[in-house]
Amino acid sequence: MAAPAPILRMTGIGKQFPGVRALDGVDFRLMPGEVHALMGENGAGKSTLIKVLTGVYGIDAGEIELAGEKVAFSGPLAAQRAGISTVYQEVNLCANLSVAENIFIGREPRRLGRIHWKEMRRRAAALLAGLDLDIDVSAPLSAYSLAVQQMVAIARAVDVEARVLILDEPTSSLDADEVAQLFRVMRRLKEQGIAILFVSHFLDQIYEIADRMTILRNGALVGEYHISELSQVELVAKMIGREIVELERLEGKPPAPSGGPLIEAEGLGRPGAIEPFSLTIREGEVTGLAGLLGSGRTELARLLFGADHAGSGSLRIKGAPASLRTPRAAIAHGVAFCSENRRAEGLIPDLSVRENLVLAMQARRGWTRPIPRRTQDELVAKYVEALGIRPADPEIPIRNLSGGNQQKVLLARWLILEPRLLILDEPTRGIDVGAKAEIQRLVAELSDGGMAVLYVSAELEEVLRLSHKVEVLRDRRLVAELPNDEALTTDALMEAIAKGGRS
Amino acid sequence: MSVESTAGGRLKAPVRIPQKFVPVLVTAALFVAMFAAGGVRYEGFATGQIVLNVFIDNAFLLVVAVGMTFVILAGGIDLSVGSVVALSTMIAATLLKDGWPSPPVIGLVLLIGTLLGTGMGAIIHYFEIQPFIVTLGGMFLARGLSYTIGTESIPIEQPTFTAFAQTRIDLFADLWISPSVLIAAVVVAVAAYVLHYTRLGRNVYAVGGGEQSALLMGLPLARTKIAVYGISGFCSALGGVLMSFYMLSGYGMHAVGMELDAIAAVVIGGTLLTGGSGYLLGTVLGVLVLGLIQTVISFEGTLSPWWTRIVIGLLLFVFILLQRLITARRR
Repeated sequence: MAAPAPILRMTGIGKQFPGVRALDGVDFRLMPGEVHALMGENGAGKSTLIKVLTGVYGIDAGEIELAGEKVAFSGPLAAQRAGISTVYQEVNLCANLSVAENIFIGREPRRLGRIHWKEMRRRAAALLAGLDLDIDVSAPLSAYSLAVQQMVAIARAVDVEARVLILDEPTSSLDADEVAQLFRVMRRLKEQGIAILFVSHFLDQIYEIADRMTILRNGALVGEYHISELSQVELVAKMIGREIVELERLEGKPPAPSGGPLIEAEGLGRPGAIEPFSLTIREGEVTGLAGLLGSGRTELARLLFGADHAGSGSLRIKGAPASLRTPRAAIAHGVAFCSENRRAEGLIPDLSVRENLVLAMQARRGWTRPIPRRTQDELVAKYVEALGIRPADPEIPIRNLSGGNQQKVLLARWLILEPRLLILDEPTRGIDVGAKAEIQRLVAELSDGGMAVLYVSAELEEVLRLSHKVEVLRDRRLVAELPNDEALTTDALMEAIAKGGRS
Repeated sequence: MSVESTAGGRLKAPVRIPQKFVPVLVTAALFVAMFAAGGVRYEGFATGQIVLNVFIDNAFLLVVAVGMTFVILAGGIDLSVGSVVALSTMIAATLLKDGWPSPPVIGLVLLIGTLLGTGMGAIIHYFEIQPFIVTLGGMFLARGLSYTIGTESIPIEQPTFTAFAQTRIDLFADLWISPSVLIAAVVVAVAAYVLHYTRLGRNVYAVGGGEQSALLMGLPLARTKIAVYGISGFCSALGGVLMSFYMLSGYGMHAVGMELDAIAAVVIGGTLLTGGSGYLLGTVLGVLVLGLIQTVISFEGTLSPWWTRIVIGLLLFVFILLQRLITARRR
């Protein structure tokens, strides 16, 4: 393509972490005025490439050129000064400061050396108005939803005189309207000649907004393509390096469950979190939990795991009344819970894969009875193999693993306990297609083996593909239970979520 | 998956008294209540001079607490302040005895304090060590240094210092303050300006709100973190100078446990120990409350002065619980 000279050129980038070769000879270039998608599975090296570019990490090999000049940034501040701004997947703003400050901190408008608060608020409001967002800019950021915080982060990045804007999964917490709004902003920026590096797991979004893409796999470059050159199927094949057959295999509806009721909740509820609900989960049954963000999905799951105390109602496990007052009690009853927030509530980043894996089992045995090292190694080898955890070295710290692989370790931790009910809260969020398919396949296999699964997910297709029945939540209330039969489609499900019942 | 609509309607933050002001207001109410109760109970208590005396007797604590406010706002802690105060009084007294004139003595003391603080800040930042342990080291170091200078109390007889000790600045209607109060007031004013109206100040809040976020927002993390400990070191040294005005002596046993008083004042003033939230006005009120407790107990006459500690301890529990409630409600 006889395009203008690239604004950014990275050549032969290499980066090594202890035990992991994160990037190996990667080339990457970015043209002014394009939206360039960076594609790859989790662990392919996307995040590392971005962090290397913005100076969070140093590079071990290769060089970076910005507008023809060789650069090496000492940190995000230096990168920002040179015109490279980044918006990360998790909103990295200070929730204790006001919206206006979050946009302008570090570059506050000043008069005679003092911060000009009025001017700052005025400009912040104007800037957000440009993004169709009309909020009180003097309120603390923590008063607003994650989606709004994300837009504030983008407003901040846009207002810096950016030549390169990096959006690292900005859409994962936005709804359709907000995504459309973001895309409008992106197109406007593109017209101004800003180069945008865009990372997203949503292929449809990539095809809607991006001009070109670069694909990484296992830290190495696969290639650079025009969007029009590659179909979605070809793209996925290049990302995971094989055809996705697992997804196809799951297309058929799951067989009906055979076992008797495992868990029966009667009028279980917790004031302020979720209204009393009744729910029966059978052995070998996958129960999907659908509803909007904030509709009480996680709250319901936490009640069943004893992480929160129920304010009312009763629970029977295998017909016998049980009181799950703590997670320990729930674990003793064979209930396992994979948290949605795997970084904060599940993993211990500095412990190795092996140590993280055996944690729940050790906890159940009690600390006075250590698990023999040989048993540990056997278990770990078995699950690393079964779940395809990469890299397969169980001794490296888990923080060096990608999100998808961390999720698998977390899953394996509970599977070792052989639970009777496995609660999965958003197990596939922020995970790439390949790992997603593997986790879904695993859920199907587990339920075939007689395990009950409560599957919480925001992706309706996923819920439909896996579940035997779907529980619909709305405004913190269980509004419908729908058997997953021929009549249940994503449209029907969406309507149930919107209206609170099947019409 | 929408939580709130963003396209059309104006999103309002919940309207009530901004939560960020609640802790300061509680402290202010507490102060007023104590003052009123004291006025009812004791003859000659409810006068302006009582409040001013609290300032006069605690000017050095106030200055030290201002430095501590910076550190705690940035999410850190500084245990070395009391020892640095003692070291400052010791250096000042020794040099004055050797016949140095006062301006270079004061300058040197302030420089040493600032360097100590900056050094600790640099260790905390570059070696990623918990501030608690680094400043604990600084605490032993400074205390030890003051004993190597001398184990006895050294009196100060230098005219400038005695003048500072004895001058009364008359305000209206028989009210008066000492020069130290004036210095402390200037420190408070400058610090409040820095925190609210300069980039350094806002960076302090940002770092306290989330170090990783501040780094990724491109804020100068190293400079901010080192600066807060430098400021705390400077304030401790200045507190030491004010203390040598007040005591007219240098002694290694001065200001034992003052770091804890300073932390208590900051916390009672409503600043979150985790950083990122609080006001300098709160710290001033915190120092006032601590000083007023002492005054009440001295008016009571029969009570042991250790009751001051007991009351401060109880107050701390109450305020930490209050903070917990406020942060919990915010989630």
